[in-house]
Amino acid sequence: MTPSTLLRALPRPPAPDALPPLLAAMVGRLPSRPPSMAFAAAANALAWPALRELDWSIARDRRFHVRVRDLGLSLYFGVRADGFYAVAGGRADVTFTASAADFARLALRLEDPDTLFFNRRLLIEGDTDLGLAVKNLLDGVELEVAAATLPAGLGRVLLRLRRLALETGAA
Amino acid sequence: MTRPLLELICPAGSLPALKAAVDHGADGIYLGLKDNTNARNFSGLNFDTKTLAEGIRYAHAKGAKVLMALNTYPQPATLARWHAAIDTAAASGIDAAILADPGLMAYAVRHHPQLRLHLSVQGSATSYEAIEFYRERFGIQRAVLPRVLSLAQVENVITHTDVEIELFGFGGLCVMVEGRCLLSSYACGDSPNTFGACSPGHAVRWQQTPEGMETRLNGVLIDRYADHEKAGYPTLCKGRFAVGGETYYALEEPTSLNSLELLPDMARLGVAAIKIEGRQRSPAYVAQVTQVWRAAIDAVKRDAGRFKPHPAWMSALDKVSEGSMHTLGAYYRPWK
Repeated sequence: MTPSTLLRALPRPPAPDALPPLLAAMVGRLPSRPPSMAFAAAANALAWPALRELDWSIARDRRFHVRVRDLGLSLYFGVRADGFYAVAGGRADVTFTASAADFARLALRLEDPDTLFFNRRLLIEGDTDLGLAVKNLLDGVELEVAAATLPAGLGRVLLRLRRLALETGAA
Repeated sequence: MTRPLLELICPAGSLPALKAAVDHGADGIYLGLKDNTNARNFSGLNFDTKTLAEGIRYAHAKGAKVLMALNTYPQPATLARWHAAIDTAAASGIDAAILADPGLMAYAVRHHPQLRLHLSVQGSATSYEAIEFYRERFGIQRAVLPRVLSLAQVENVITHTDVEIELFGFGGLCVMVEGRCLLSSYACGDSPNTFGACSPGHAVRWQQTPEGMETRLNGVLIDRYADHEKAGYPTLCKGRFAVGGETYYALEEPTSLNSLELLPDMARLGVAAIKIEGRQRSPAYVAQVTQVWRAAIDAVKRDAGRFKPHPAWMSALDKVSEGSMHTLGAYYRPWK
């Protein structure tokens, strides 16, 4: 798959609820623990090398909830000095809600969270200050440096994907 | 020395935002330290001495200036923090400090006479007499005008002072009494002038309810948005309140200033610099907005007579605007 076909495969705004409702409802009924564990494992393998140097003391014993609106997916996790870990669902200190495509845009730094918030595509509930602190912590990471820590090739693909999105206006 | 004309001054709350501004054509970047010595005091935002040094190195290597906002008003118990911040600024090699408090200006002049000083918008100086006062006493070389003057009034200021004038070009608008606004104290017990934020994260709560998304500031309900409605920043001035049996934006609407179409006038008046608001925003915003304003300013400098705001520029700016709409603010109005 080339980056441009990958890019075309990304759902575009304004289609925050792109998945068929039935599929989303089915995913939504699955228990949150296995996806949270899978997320923590994937995040540790892919993202942690770029994030380990950050000061995560603000996240100590705090529970994050990422709700992917169109997938009906809820991820509950914590972050500590050695990486991400899954926690039981239901209770969180801060909850971020957006579509899968918008989370991808935020991760690729194609979109500004305030812009998504103004347009009601991003909701932050719970401890706003914690959410803000994490957002600003992640904003401090340099994309090129982060990409260089990814497994061979993946970083280059992501940066190329990002450049293409900027050039084609898909952001 | 030639006087600057329409320098593009862009915001940075992080090193990647600074680099985005430099890479997309900013002539200068303004930033603050990680505490309440500046008016964007948010958790995790801003620079420490390490990122400051790296930011200055990066900007200077590419010919861009770095300005440091130290634009809150120190309180007696913590004055040492502001003095230390000015010492840090002077030692770091920044190109100017942006100050609002006359006491801090006096400190800067006494201890760091080589440090170039700009008068912050928080200084709230709207007349050339006020600006001249700051020049005579403290040698300020540039003043950022509050967003309350019409272009005719801006012209009057520029005609009567040699101090460089910087105008806000784009970004979130505030309630127009910069440096004097105590509104958030009503809900939070803190004002932006001393605490450095009018909607501190610890006081903000958003909640999706069956009636819509509610925004509360320290428990005070300041707005409730229906699903289709655009949202604004969680500040009291941008809330909707029940007044005389009607619920509406009683103070101001959440909207962004966009003065891009006035650039030829600003060039004619000799406006030294255009400031883009938004140190609290992410690198993506800084990149998007800097790119548009760089292109627009270059177009004006090439041929002001034929300048026309490109529709793509305006839609790119509207997209990132608070409330997703824009206004010319006070710049364009017939009354004085």
